[in-house]
Amino acid sequence: MFKEMQSLANAQMTDASPHKVAGFYPYADNGGTLAAIAGDGFVVIGGDTRLTTGYQIYSREASKLTKLTDKTIIGSCGCWCDSLTFTKGLHIRLQYYLYENNKPISTNATAQLVSNMLYQKRFFPYYVSTIVAGLDADNQGAVYSYDPVGSTERHRYRAQGTAGSLIQPFLDCVLGRGNQTAPEPEKLTKEQAMIYLKDAFMSAAEREIGCGDFLQIMIVTPQGVEEERFKLRKD
Amino acid sequence: MSNSYPVNTGSSVIGLCFDDGVVIAADTLVSYGKMARFFDCSRLYKVNQTTIAGCGGDYADYQFLHNLIEQKQIDREANEQGVDLSPRALHSWLTRVQYNRRSKFEPLWTSWVVGGIDEGKPFLGFVDKLGTAYKDSIIATGFGTYMAVPVMRKFYDDKNGRITRDEAIGLMKKCIGLLFARDCSAHNMYEIAVVDANGAEILGPLRATHDWSNVKEHRTS
Repeated sequence: MFKEMQSLANAQMTDASPHKVAGFYPYADNGGTLAAIAGDGFVVIGGDTRLTTGYQIYSREASKLTKLTDKTIIGSCGCWCDSLTFTKGLHIRLQYYLYENNKPISTNATAQLVSNMLYQKRFFPYYVSTIVAGLDADNQGAVYSYDPVGSTERHRYRAQGTAGSLIQPFLDCVLGRGNQTAPEPEKLTKEQAMIYLKDAFMSAAEREIGCGDFLQIMIVTPQGVEEERFKLRKD
Repeated sequence: MSNSYPVNTGSSVIGLCFDDGVVIAADTLVSYGKMARFFDCSRLYKVNQTTIAGCGGDYADYQFLHNLIEQKQIDREANEQGVDLSPRALHSWLTRVQYNRRSKFEPLWTSWVVGGIDEGKPFLGFVDKLGTAYKDSIIATGFGTYMAVPVMRKFYDDKNGRITRDEAIGLMKKCIGLLFARDCSAHNMYEIAVVDANGAEILGPLRATHDWSNVKEHRTS
């Protein structure tokens, strides 16, 4: 019996495995899109709630946004197991900060911490796209974006993730307004920023299969954090 | 590193939240590649009266984790009387174990469906070999994501998410029947684990029939 098994196994042998199976790869692309817009006295950050592998939907209700303090939100997507681990680790660091300094961490200190934590794994990176959105010391909206190894920059607005390349040019057009000759628009309000976010995600969901189901938005003002959910395409 | 592949594997696991509990179902076959190798291996596990789990993928890795979980539960019974391992705690723990092993390039080649009653409410979660994890009211692994999830989602939507225990068990039977018909590494012997406020139990082994009317009902072409 055992000999039969052996020859059967050898007949199917690929490399070391007795069966035809894919080798182990520690990363997965679980999709997800993030976008954030900062303004005077507010910042809004949105993320879709679809979690995928390839053409398959794991969940339609996976939140990519985490509230860190009353003034700071982090959004993380990409390799979902890395996102989970990273945000969990960040939470622990923030608790330490709170206990050691007896005050919640500021947005810009969080931004630097996130960069350092990502770079610490430079040679086996967290494969994630990250946005930190919050209010700075002057209550001005701040958006920080990161690559997987911690390269970071502060922006007024930023899109990341699967549909980031669709949303960023839209935000560049309505908010960046580079080289546009039309008269300067009125000062950006929170309400207008929300409309831009919803428009951006609705359009992205039309063209990118990795984006959809729901848009979760967190709105940060000096009064605290509010949350809103907005339906996207579910197909 | 070169040893990272599954050998004896279990097939899909499916799970669903109903009104006041959770069901998880899986067949009892463990395959060696495409060969049906062990026919009577339970892949469902009753951890305690509030927590159940089902596992697909490498059966040895499942048994390894099974032993660890069993010991965790025993420790709790001995040292923290009345504080059982909750489904949320087990789910979170599995997430960390799986992620740590994948980071060592020594993955435990399994995918888990963890269910139970957590603080009075149904809980259903998924963890795979990378540590990818999520919670949802409908979960399937492997071939079940293609065959069972659409049927479960439709049932769920038709009932507006209000499903009784009997309906949930019936739906599990139907989905296992579909998998038996279409998944070449599925088997007709299966088990169903149910947990609600009254406790947890594993039903079976049960036997799926060759019911092609059930299959045709869900054909789109």
